[in-house]
Amino acid sequence: MELAVENLAVSRGGVPVLEGVSFTLTAGQVLILRGPNGSGKTTLLRCLAGLQPPLAGTVSMPPEAIAYGAHADGLKSTLSVAENLKFWANIYGTGEITRAMNDFNLTHLGARPATNLSAGQKRRLGLARLLVTGRPVWLLDEPTVALDQASVKMFADAVRAHVAGGGAALIATHIDLGLEAAIFDIGACRADPDSGAALVGAFDEAFE
Amino acid sequence: MIALLIRDMRLSIRAGGGFGLGLAFFLIVTVLVPFGVGPDTAILTRIAPGILWIGALLACLLSLDRVFQLDFEDGTLDLLATAPMPMEGAVMVKALVHWLVTGLPLTLAAPLLATLLHLGAEGKFWLFVTLLIGTPALSMIGTFGAALTVGLKRGGLLLSLLVLPLYVPTLIFGAEAARRGSEGMAVTTPLLMLAGITAGAVALLPFASAAAIRINLR
Repeated sequence: MELAVENLAVSRGGVPVLEGVSFTLTAGQVLILRGPNGSGKTTLLRCLAGLQPPLAGTVSMPPEAIAYGAHADGLKSTLSVAENLKFWANIYGTGEITRAMNDFNLTHLGARPATNLSAGQKRRLGLARLLVTGRPVWLLDEPTVALDQASVKMFADAVRAHVAGGGAALIATHIDLGLEAAIFDIGACRADPDSGAALVGAFDEAFE
Repeated sequence: MIALLIRDMRLSIRAGGGFGLGLAFFLIVTVLVPFGVGPDTAILTRIAPGILWIGALLACLLSLDRVFQLDFEDGTLDLLATAPMPMEGAVMVKALVHWLVTGLPLTLAAPLLATLLHLGAEGKFWLFVTLLIGTPALSMIGTFGAALTVGLKRGGLLLSLLVLPLYVPTLIFGAEAARRGSEGMAVTTPLLMLAGITAGAVALLPFASAAAIRINLR
């Protein structure tokens, strides 16, 4: 299993933000994505997750192998913690939530409606969703927002266990997670918004 | 897909889910019309099928902006798009839930409320039949409109403007079949046209809606 990205170019709102992005992520590896605000980390992750088509370049892995953890957790406030998680487990066909509830210390909150959770607890529930997807590659967008130190450690342990089991993770974050990870800085891949080639690409995309 | 169906039904029944909203609106419209038109039973009987159909149509419209908007705002739609479920299937489930929450209760309540408009037994029967056949088309077309406007904040008005013209054929044939039925005339032609619209909407619009959502998520 290998996620190889070659010469990828992506755009946001019709404006090219990144070009020439190339990296390889193999099983058992964690790659930290760095770059200043607005540099295109989220756009890159959305593209890899299959939510938007790339302007150019190739991604070796189909979106079906990828679990995407976005900024928003996708929680329903009137459903309980267990119901929220159980829904995603059923959608992904795994159906088993006990381990995910344990790993993110949510078991005692199981019956509580998601609307009564704190921001950090919501985030933990959102991250627990990754465990029930059963997919090998995790794409995470600022996963530690609103988490305290203990929860960040809990999250790092979950990532460690995931990659030890043959998975891989690509994490966009600004903090040090204490993981054995390579760092990929996308600052060098910034696209020229006015570049002619990119604009032609955007034009073609509109008429596809 | 079953999981999505169960979750959405559960959400719609819990607090703030909007179950019964369309039904309450339908009830109020039906109660108000006799006050506005006057107590002349002959006139009421004549306008009853049309009024009840328009009431049902507007009640359907009322809850359309919730179909995708809530899922879009809390990020669920992004996650559903990356889940191992075709977007077409998700759209079908959303339309089915909308029908179960608004269309079906309206259909069941319409014969009862038709009493207020002095509709005869035969008229009630045909009203029930036409609503049963026609309301799935209303939900499906409405879901398509909701998919088109999913990225827009406060897109409710635009959604209504988009969807109402598309509702016209359903309304014409539905109300016509119900009117003919209540007057004891043959209903076959408008009823078949109505069924054709529903079948066509259910067959084609999930693909159009799924494409619209994918574009809106980019």
